[in-house]
Amino acid sequence: MTNALTKLLDSRDWLLADGATGTNLFNMGLEAGEPPEFWNVDKPANIRKLYKGAVDAGSDIFLTNSFGGNASRLKLHQAQGRVMELNLIAAEIARDVADASGRTIVVAGSVGPTGEIFEPMGTLTHASAVEMFHEQAEGLKAGGADVLWIETISAPEEYRAAAEAAKLAGMPYCGTMSFDTAGRTMMGTTSAAMVEMVEKLAYPPLAFGANCGVGASDLMRTMLGFAAQGSSIPLIAKGNAGIPKYHDGHIHYDGTPDLMAEYAVLARDAGVKIIGGCCGTMPEHLAAMRAALESRPKGPRPTLEQISAALGGFSSASDGTGDDANAPKRERRGGRRA
Amino acid sequence: MSDDEIILSELSDDELVLQMHDDPYDGLREEIEEGVNILIARGWAPYDALTKALVAGMTIVGADFRDGILFVPEVLLAANAMKGGMAILKPLLIATGAPRMGKMVIGTVKGDIHDIGKNLVGMMMEGAGFEVRDLGINNSVEKYLEALEAEQPDILGMSALLTTTMPYMKVVIDTLKEKGMREDYIVLVGGAPLNEEFGKAIGADAYCRDAAVAVETAKGFMMRKHNRASA
Repeated sequence: MTNALTKLLDSRDWLLADGATGTNLFNMGLEAGEPPEFWNVDKPANIRKLYKGAVDAGSDIFLTNSFGGNASRLKLHQAQGRVMELNLIAAEIARDVADASGRTIVVAGSVGPTGEIFEPMGTLTHASAVEMFHEQAEGLKAGGADVLWIETISAPEEYRAAAEAAKLAGMPYCGTMSFDTAGRTMMGTTSAAMVEMVEKLAYPPLAFGANCGVGASDLMRTMLGFAAQGSSIPLIAKGNAGIPKYHDGHIHYDGTPDLMAEYAVLARDAGVKIIGGCCGTMPEHLAAMRAALESRPKGPRPTLEQISAALGGFSSASDGTGDDANAPKRERRGGRRA
Repeated sequence: MSDDEIILSELSDDELVLQMHDDPYDGLREEIEEGVNILIARGWAPYDALTKALVAGMTIVGADFRDGILFVPEVLLAANAMKGGMAILKPLLIATGAPRMGKMVIGTVKGDIHDIGKNLVGMMMEGAGFEVRDLGINNSVEKYLEALEAEQPDILGMSALLTTTMPYMKVVIDTLKEKGMREDYIVLVGGAPLNEEFGKAIGADAYCRDAAVAVETAKGFMMRKHNRASA
């Protein structure tokens, strides 16, 4: 199957994805607690501006404003009945902006987590997760998205459910997880475990990787973890522009465009094919990333030392993979009872 | 030896308590319930069963969660095991007038559906002997104020997971200041996108990186509060 993304992946060494959605919308006056997806209908001009910001800065791929557009998340605002409408319009506006750009740009339909925990710890079942993701996927498809972009996932079960929903909708997809807890996802998944999970999927993604998490250096460590597994599926890096600071009533991420440009080059050198930002990544960051990717020659795969020297230290001593002798290990005092 | 079935009722008090320190780690709810019942039947004060068996066991879980050895699924199972023990102890603690660690009102802020981290904090705080009133998700400043009036807690805990919802914590804290209530409570904040600097900037007493840190921080503040009261 060919689509805009597979064509670009086949013809280019790297692709620039987009940056932040929330941070950009905040700067346009989105209030804390307001669901960003409502703006697709209520303030479409702002959503167009969000998309155009990424496109004009040189992004080859950008995500729709539909991260929280599943029934579980929208229920919080009594809008669980608006899944189709909000996702369709998110993708329609995006399609329009992409088509008006005069170059090949991929509209990626953002699909974020449900916010619920799977059985047996929680109440979410595989069937209900698939149903919610499928509903959202159909809306994004109807609005003209080229691919689904599953992101910020912590649980392998949720990734698998979203992949199944993509298949039901007949949509290709990409999928990234967030590694924010001592190098693993909140649910304990390591970078190596994610590769293993992705490789086993009956309906595999066009590309997989990591987004958000703790900052650009941690994210790059995760990329090295992926690369070490030697998967043939292209990699995605979408790291945050530093860490959030609160300033004059606004959230501001402390990563500069220069830092994100360094990060983009390191990601490409590590073998990452799709490079973008997450929280705090604004159009000026994207423009600096594009310029660096175009002007700087490809170098060898960076080491952990080179990454921390360029982007800052890591948030934890180990990323939980391999049999690092210094890595913390689970030790029990006594024996398990039968 | 691991396959040998251990008969809890045949263990000495010391052995049983050590075993109960391991049970939350393995999510063994029924074993914890049985252990608590045995201790009570042997004449233990409910408060001793809570602190020496349950809280000590959850402290081990908390430390390994903090150090990146255990992750959310294991902690949820541990908390579930602990809840089984707590359900037995709660009425007994009230009946015997056991000392209170403190009381916390906790909730995720307006617009935020995420409650995994907040639930973990609530469970770990209960595991440490605190009384916890959980307001759930999507809390407006009015809902926080109402709960603070009704519950008169020592601690207010707020959680946010989104860049778009974390500033709402400041709305709540500013409202407390306006009403002259800010000094009545210890305000703890947490959530993935937050950090210590953010906590300070919005006027919280502390940012807590995870549930284990929240418990340690809460204990520290309660200690200082008691010291001030008795000074």
